[in-house]
Amino acid sequence: MKHRYLPLTENDKQSMLKTIGVESIDELFSDIPEKVRFSGEYNIKPAKSEPALMKELSRMAGKNADLKTYSSFLGAGVYDHYMPVIVDHVISRSEFYTAYTPYQPEISQGELQAIFEFQTMICELTGMEVANSSMYDGPTALAEAAMLSAGQTKRKKVLISATVHPEAKEVVKTYAKGQYIEVVEVPYKDGVTDLEALADLADSSVAAVIVQYPNFFGRIEPMVELQKIAHDQKSLFVVSSNPLALGALTPPGKFGADIVVGDAQPFGIPAAFGGPHCGYFAVTSKLMRKTPGRLVGQSKDDEGRRGFVLTLQAREQHIRRDKATSNICSNQALNALAASVAMTALGKNGVKEMAVANIQKAHYAKKAFKTHGFEIVFEGSSFNEFIVKMNRPVKAINEELLSKGIIGGYDLGRDYPELDHHMLIAVTEQRTKEDIDTFVQELGDCHA
Amino acid sequence: MHKEDMPLIFEISSPGRIGYSLPEMDIEEIDLAELLPEGYLREEEAELPEVSELDIMRHYTALSKRNHGVDSGFYPLGSCTMKYNPKINENVARFNGFAHIHPLQDESSVQGALELMYDLQQHLIEITGMDEVTLQPAAGAHGEWTGLMMIRAFHEANGDTRRTKVIVPDSAHGTNPASATVAGFDTITVKSNEHGLVDLDDLRRVVGLDTAALMLTNPNTLGLFEENIVEMAEIVHGAGGKLYYDGANLNAVLSKARPGDMGFDVVHLNLHKTFTGPHGGGGPGSGPVGVKSDLIPFLPKPIVTKRGESYLFDYDRPQSIGRVKPFYGNFGINVRAYTYIRSMGPDGLKAVTENAVLNANYMMRRLAEYYDLPFDKHCKHEFVLSGKRQKKLGVRTLDIAKRLLDFGYHPPTIYFPLNVEECIMVEPTETESKETLDEFIDAMIQIAKEAEENPEIVQEAPHTTVIGRVDEATAARKPILRFQKV
Repeated sequence: MKHRYLPLTENDKQSMLKTIGVESIDELFSDIPEKVRFSGEYNIKPAKSEPALMKELSRMAGKNADLKTYSSFLGAGVYDHYMPVIVDHVISRSEFYTAYTPYQPEISQGELQAIFEFQTMICELTGMEVANSSMYDGPTALAEAAMLSAGQTKRKKVLISATVHPEAKEVVKTYAKGQYIEVVEVPYKDGVTDLEALADLADSSVAAVIVQYPNFFGRIEPMVELQKIAHDQKSLFVVSSNPLALGALTPPGKFGADIVVGDAQPFGIPAAFGGPHCGYFAVTSKLMRKTPGRLVGQSKDDEGRRGFVLTLQAREQHIRRDKATSNICSNQALNALAASVAMTALGKNGVKEMAVANIQKAHYAKKAFKTHGFEIVFEGSSFNEFIVKMNRPVKAINEELLSKGIIGGYDLGRDYPELDHHMLIAVTEQRTKEDIDTFVQELGDCHA
Repeated sequence: MHKEDMPLIFEISSPGRIGYSLPEMDIEEIDLAELLPEGYLREEEAELPEVSELDIMRHYTALSKRNHGVDSGFYPLGSCTMKYNPKINENVARFNGFAHIHPLQDESSVQGALELMYDLQQHLIEITGMDEVTLQPAAGAHGEWTGLMMIRAFHEANGDTRRTKVIVPDSAHGTNPASATVAGFDTITVKSNEHGLVDLDDLRRVVGLDTAALMLTNPNTLGLFEENIVEMAEIVHGAGGKLYYDGANLNAVLSKARPGDMGFDVVHLNLHKTFTGPHGGGGPGSGPVGVKSDLIPFLPKPIVTKRGESYLFDYDRPQSIGRVKPFYGNFGINVRAYTYIRSMGPDGLKAVTENAVLNANYMMRRLAEYYDLPFDKHCKHEFVLSGKRQKKLGVRTLDIAKRLLDFGYHPPTIYFPLNVEECIMVEPTETESKETLDEFIDAMIQIAKEAEENPEIVQEAPHTTVIGRVDEATAARKPILRFQKV
C-alpha cells in the first residue's frame, strides 16, 4: 500500500531485504510464535483521505458547544481566559513540538532554556525558591506533594481541606492508597477550611496540611492561621493555587508554604475538554532534592558559554528505578512553553491587571445577582468564583441556558450533597458587562 | 554573560514595555482593599518579563533554532518512537469544538467529543486485543501505575493480600520499577539470558504466591520479541499473578501480535509514540490502559459508554480504583491519535509495523560490520549495538553520540538498556526513507573509522553545535534552577 507517511518504495524494500538476507518481510516476524500471531488486518474503520477526514472530524467537533461561540460561566478548575494569539504561533514551531525530552543538551538548548525560564516564572508567582519543569496537571501534582510530604516527615497521614477541588481530592486519595497514606478530610465552615476542626485533627502524625488558595468555592483561605496549625505540628504546609490569582494575591511562599502546586492552564492553555493542561510544582530549597519530575539547571560548556541541562537526575526513575522520588517520566513541556509565552506576553503588569480584572468582574457579577434577589452563599473575599443558590436542580437550569448560548456554572450538588441546587459561577476577564447582565437576567428568568 | 550567550527573556526585559492586549474593563472598578482582607493583596510584584510582542516572537524563534525536532532531522532515539508527527493532527486538535470545550459542560453539549473518545476506545480495544480501555492516564508511566493499582485492587478484592511483589526484567524501562513502588509493591528483577530474552528458569524461581504481576515490554528494550511469551504467561498465571504489557514498543507489532492474544491482562499504550501525538519536548503524552474482562470493574472512573445513540460518562463503578487524573485524560493528544489511526486504517497500520521493522533490520545488518552486535538475530522495530570495540580505542558511546550531533542527527538512546555494555539503541521508525537511513549509516561508519584513525575528533565532539559539552557535575553540585537578578 502507498501512504503519504510511508516513504519506502517497492524497490527500496527489495534492496533492503536483499541486504538483510531474507526473502520477505514476513520472515522478520518469524520469531512471533504461531499461537499468538495475528493474521490479517484489524477490524477497524478504513483509512480516509486527508480532505475526507478533515470534513468528518470537523463535523464531529461541530457537535460540541465551544467556548468561542458560547458565553461561559463555568470554571471549577478550568477557565476561559485571554489567550495571547502569539502563544499558538510559538508552540506551533515544530522544533519544539516534534522534539522529545532534552537528553542531548547541545541540540536542545532551546527547550532547556524555555523550561529554565518557566521554572523562574513559577518561582516568581508562587514566591517559592525552586520549581520543576511541570507535571501532568494540578491534581496529580497535589498527589505528588502529598507523597513527598509523607516521605519527608516519615508520617503516613495527610489532612486535606474539603474546599480543595473535589477531583483533586479523589486523585490524592487514589495515589495515597498506593502508598498506604491515610487521607483525612477537614470540613469547611462558611466556605473556608474550618480552623477549629483542623486544630482538632492536627497532631504529630500528620505529614501535611493540604489547602487550596483561592479554594474551590473561590474563597480566600485564612493562610496565616492554616500555616501556623500545620507548622506547630511540624507538618508540611501544602498549597494548591491558581497561578493567575497570584498575580494579585499574596503568594503562598510569603505565608510559609513548603510546597505549592497547581495548574498553569489559565496561562495560554485551552480547556481541551480537561487536558492536556500543565501542572506546576514549587518547593522551598530544603525540599529541592525530593522534588519529582525534571529539573533544568544552568551550567557552562567547556568554553565558558552558558548552557542548560537536565539536572539532579539522581532523583529520577531512569537512574534510581524503584527508589526514585516518583515514577513520573514525561512532563508537559509543550504546555509549559505555552504558559511561559503567555506569562511573558502578560508580563509583570499584565498578570496583575488580568488577575485584578477577574476579582473586579466577579465582584460586579456577585453584586448584580444580589440586586436581582439571588442569595450568595458563603459571602466574603473571593477571586473569580462564587456560589449562587438556585431554587431547582442546576442541571436543568444549565440545559435551558445552553439553548440561549450560555454555558452555566458548576453543579455543586455533584460533590457536596448539602449544596444541592447551588451553582459555582466563574467570571473571568473574558466576560463583558453585557455577558454578565444577560446571564443574570437569564438566570432570573430560569429562577422564576 | 559570555558574548555568545543567548539572552534569557528576563535579560531583554525593559520596564514599561508590554506584550498583551486584555479585554476592555467595561465595569466600574472598586478599591481592592475593600475586596480583599488585609495582608492578602500582593505587595511585591512577580518579576515577569516586560517585552513587546516582537521581542517575544524573536526570542522564541531563536530558541527554536537551538532545538532539534523530528522535523529538523533524523531522530533515531530508541524506545521513543520518534516518527513523523502528521500536520493534520495539529489542525484537528485545534478545532474550536475540540480545543475549546470545558470538561464539566453538560454531556448533551459535548456529544462529538464523547463520540471521539468512545470510538478511540473501540479502536484501541481491537488493536490491543483487550476487552475495555480507559483514556484517563496522562502518559506511559502514569498508565503503568494505573494498571498496577488495578491489579492490586483485583487481588485485594479476591482477599489475596499476600501478592506484594512485581517482577520486572533487568532490561525494563526505569518507570516499571518506579511505578511498582508508587503502587505500593516491591520489585523483583528477573534476569535476561544470553539471547537477550527473559530467563525462564529465573522466572520460575522468582514467581510465587507473593507475585502480583510480571511487567513486560514485548518486543523488549533490546528490540527482541520474547519468543517464550506463551510459557511466560503460563508460569505467571499458574502462580496466580497477572501479566502487564508495557506498550512503549507497540510500533513493532501492529497487526502482527496483540497483547491480549499473548496472554496479557493489562496493557498501557503511549499514544505520543506509536500513534503520533507529538512528543512536545517531553510531553504532554497520553497513556490509555486496556484490560481483560476480569479487571474491568477496577478501571478508573468515569469511562465513556454509549446508550442508544447517546454517549455518556459512567461514574457508577463501585469497585473502581478511583480517579487517576482530573477529568478524562489528555483529550487533545487523544484527538491527535484518533486522527492518525483514521488516516492509516487497518492496512496502513500493518504497513507501519512492517516498514518500521524492515528499516531497523536493514540498519542493524549494515552497521553490524562496524559495531558489536550483541544479539545476532532479526530485531523488531529497534536494535542495540555495543560500543565496546570503540571503547577499547578510548572512544566511549557518549563520544559517538556527541559526534553524531556534528552530522545533524539526534543520537540514538545510549547506555540503555543497562544489561548491554556501552549500549547504543537505535529506532529508525517507518517514516524514514532509505536515503535517510543510508546517510545515517554512512555517518556511523565514518565515526567508527575516526575512532580508529583520529579518536580525538570523536572524543572532543560536538564541534558544530551552539554550545559544547556542558559541565553537568557542577550543575548538580551547585544547582542554579532559576534566573536571579544580579
